[in-house]
Amino acid sequence: MGILEVKGVNKRFGGLQALGDVNLSVEENTVHAIIGPNGAGKSTLLNVLVGKLIPDTGSVMFDGQSVLGRSPHEINQMGISRVFQTPEIFGDLTVMENVMIPCFARRDGSFRLHAFETVFNEKALVEQAEQILIDVNMIDKRDMHAASMSRGDKRRLEMAMCLVQEPRLLLLDEPTAGMARADTNNTIELLKEINEKRDITMAIIEHDMHVVFSLAERITVLAQGTPLVEDTPENIKGHPKVQEAYLGQAHG
Amino acid sequence: MLGLNKKDFSLLLIVALLTMLAPFILNPFPEGSELAQFNAGYPDLMQRFVIFGIFAIGFNILFGLTGYLSFGHAAFLGVGSYAGVWMMKLLTMNVIPAILVSVIVAGLFSILIGYISLRRSGIYFSILTLAFAQMSFALAYSVLTPLTGGETGLQLSLNDPRIIGTSVTESGSIPVTHLFGLEMRDSFELEMGAWLFTFNAGYYVCAVVLLVAFYIAIRIFRSPFGMMLRAVKSNQQRMKYTGLNPKPYTLAAFVISGMYAGLAGGLMVSMDPLAGAERMFWTASGEVVLMTILGGAGTLIGPILGAGMIKYMENILSKINSTILHEWFAFMPDGIEDLLVTLVYPFIGKGWHLTLGIIFMLVVIFLPGGLVEGGQRIARLFRRKKEEPKGPDPEHHPKPAPHVAE
Ligand SMILES: Nc1ncnc2c1ncn2[C@@H]1O[C@H](COP(=O)(O)OP(=O)(O)OP(=O)(O)O)[C@@H](O)[C@H]1O
Ligand SMILES: [Mg+2]
Repeated sequence: MGILEVKGVNKRFGGLQALGDVNLSVEENTVHAIIGPNGAGKSTLLNVLVGKLIPDTGSVMFDGQSVLGRSPHEINQMGISRVFQTPEIFGDLTVMENVMIPCFARRDGSFRLHAFETVFNEKALVEQAEQILIDVNMIDKRDMHAASMSRGDKRRLEMAMCLVQEPRLLLLDEPTAGMARADTNNTIELLKEINEKRDITMAIIEHDMHVVFSLAERITVLAQGTPLVEDTPENIKGHPKVQEAYLGQAHG
Repeated sequence: MLGLNKKDFSLLLIVALLTMLAPFILNPFPEGSELAQFNAGYPDLMQRFVIFGIFAIGFNILFGLTGYLSFGHAAFLGVGSYAGVWMMKLLTMNVIPAILVSVIVAGLFSILIGYISLRRSGIYFSILTLAFAQMSFALAYSVLTPLTGGETGLQLSLNDPRIIGTSVTESGSIPVTHLFGLEMRDSFELEMGAWLFTFNAGYYVCAVVLLVAFYIAIRIFRSPFGMMLRAVKSNQQRMKYTGLNPKPYTLAAFVISGMYAGLAGGLMVSMDPLAGAERMFWTASGEVVLMTILGGAGTLIGPILGAGMIKYMENILSKINSTILHEWFAFMPDGIEDLLVTLVYPFIGKGWHLTLGIIFMLVVIFLPGGLVEGGQRIARLFRRKKEEPKGPDPEHHPKPAPHVAE
């Protein structure tokens, strides 16, 4: 039994079958990549996992509990965090505040009327937040207005916000898109380290094959809403179906 | 100090000084001089400055932090006023129970309205709050007349069944509001040369309440709760996927600001025990929006400045009439005098709204951060002048950061 079990999930948008009978099992403490051409339904699948979309049929179990019908904040509190394809951060707040918010969410739950505490007097949380900013190499941007940063920095910030929660399952939707090569490599290192040190299971969607093959232990190939194959990176590389559906396309 | 950092504490101190010394500050011109008409240091008006300051501080907790623009907050002020007068009719002329009950009743009422209105956001939320406030206004005028006094308003009478205290004083009149015996209308007058300063008990009660209200607002702004409210404004999606439920946060902000409005209403009737439905009219809700934006939404001191500015204009500018204008321009040749009076006349007296409108437009266009941003720009100008003689720092980049208009 994996930590995440997706069974028979279907999702239609009008006439479009975005997800067709998706089965997926993610083992605890592994990095599982989901690849596939544009429009294959990868983001849609993540939307189902985090409660943004409700599938037409099927079941999604996380750690033995059903995710379906729960609201996004409840699913996050169960231990699932997500990095979005277009960075979702608190643009009006500083970088440090952006990271403090998940710290409070983790400690205090989905709502607490903590109106008479002072944000930066919470020493333990401030330390946590600063540590994660050091880990993602952003501590020098601590007091910057988050909206004024580059796209790559916003991505790293969003990742820091998810990591500081120490989720049990981290979902990453193209985490290196829009990053410079050097930042991409740093991100790979960071994710590797996190997976090893903190026992965070990861499901990662990525178009950059360099990232996929450096990180993934299992790969699922999705095409037109249906999983084609699921296997180890070595086997996926040579798989004819994959060549045809995905890699073949990419190499023209 | 008091759990505030240095900057916030000095801000609180400045507000404390301004309010405590207001009878001096607002009366700069000697009695009987021509400029005395610009004096604002009389009890009525000073009370209004402070009470509307409280109203705006509370409104800013909702609008400034979460970005939810309520167009119905006057309803809470109105409900608070009614509740306060009822406490005086039924229980005691002491203002403390009246104020407490005003806050509680307004809080309960805002839970109801907030719960329903917050199902929508943006313009739909604004319209829902507006609709609720107008409904309250209409109800106060019609079916709720036994509770609200309808068109005449709710006032004290000689046969109120007051439990603590008497219905009628020995001299046969209605008792006055007091704080443990200190009458709200009590004033101490100080004559210094040509100047006359009035220190009114009611004003000082309001001022102390303002300071407490302002202190609480600062704490909220700096708290994790306040940060979550800014997160609501910034990105609710991200909030949800970070395990936070934006709904109760927004509702809490709505109720807190409703309670501030109730507090303002309670203070109003503590100063003058009369509550009318017109306090809930939509223009009254619009006024607090103007105050907050004019002063600087989302800033701490902005709403107080905005409230002061609008109340000053409403009470001082509106008093100027054409006779006074003629006096001002009397030194000009007759033709020009008449021309000037004709030109200025639309902007004063009843036309003060026009002046307010123009100022508001100018502020929104040129100072989107309100008066506070204006102040910051001036401060920056001075700071730059001071730093200039130092010369460029060779270790720094010679180019100053480009100033991006926000
Ligand atoms: N909310 C929606 N309403 C209607 N159609 C949608 C919606 N979300 C996604 N789709 C459609 O579903 C299909 C799958 O989209 P999805 O975003 O999951 O693809 P993807 O695999 O993430 O692609 P990409 O690599 O470009 O990010 C696409 O055809 C898309 O247009
Ligand atoms: Mg996608």
